[in-house]
Amino acid sequence: MNLTVNVVEENEKSVLNVSGEIDAYTAPKLKESLLPLTKKEKNKVEVNLENVTYMDSTGLGVFVSALKSTKENNSTLTLLNLQDRVLRIFKITGLDEVITIRAAIRGGNE
Amino acid sequence: MERFDFVELKIPAEAEYVGVVRLTMSGIANRMGFSYEDIEDLKVAVSEAITNAVTHAYDDTGQGEITIGFGIYDDHLEIMIADRGNSFNMQKVRDEIGPYERDEPIENLREGGFGLFLIEALMDEVQINNNYGVIVLMKKYLSEKEVDFDGDQVSTTQ
Repeated sequence: MNLTVNVVEENEKSVLNVSGEIDAYTAPKLKESLLPLTKKEKNKVEVNLENVTYMDSTGLGVFVSALKSTKENNSTLTLLNLQDRVLRIFKITGLDEVITIRAAIRGGNE
Repeated sequence: MERFDFVELKIPAEAEYVGVVRLTMSGIANRMGFSYEDIEDLKVAVSEAITNAVTHAYDDTGQGEITIGFGIYDDHLEIMIADRGNSFNMQKVRDEIGPYERDEPIENLREGGFGLFLIEALMDEVQINNNYGVIVLMKKYLSEKEVDFDGDQVSTTQ
């Protein structure tokens, strides 16, 4: 029921490694870490969701606001390595059409 | 009357308890023999209903509690989630839900309001009663074939 987030900064690229469960309790923590990265001009933000085992609409809310922020700051947002269950939530809501998602098959590397 | 077991849970209307209910939910669904996929769907639906109650009904005052009832039948599970916080404008909420349209400009994308939509997408039957506080009643059958012709319709009592 916890969420851990760590940021790896590279040249004009930030990778946010997230693990745990994204829900009403943990989503604010994710937003706090993710939004500042999208505010850096031309930054490429990648969110690695490989170890996220649960996500609901509170997580969608965070990624939508991050996406909006990238448009205002000429940065980009890509979600990586989503587990099937997490990807499904994006598909049901149609958000997979709006957010760039590179979903690897579980256990593989794309 | 059909025999069923009933499990009730009462939690403070605070986000940190959503995960606790999720654990209870997967325990009950697992005991009933739901598939892995269905258990995950149930977890999302229950979390969405509780998140709604926490964020809308009580407006961050940190007051109040939420009651969750699980009706365990042979072939289906009924879940009731009730709060006694403020009611909300049901029609307005209904108008706002739905999936994203592919050509919708990003500036117009909603950041919230997906909860009810997901509940409806993931459960077999959903009823929302909005008279005193909000009561969400949802059902999921153990196998898809049990669903009636109009089983995925949603009825609303205002």
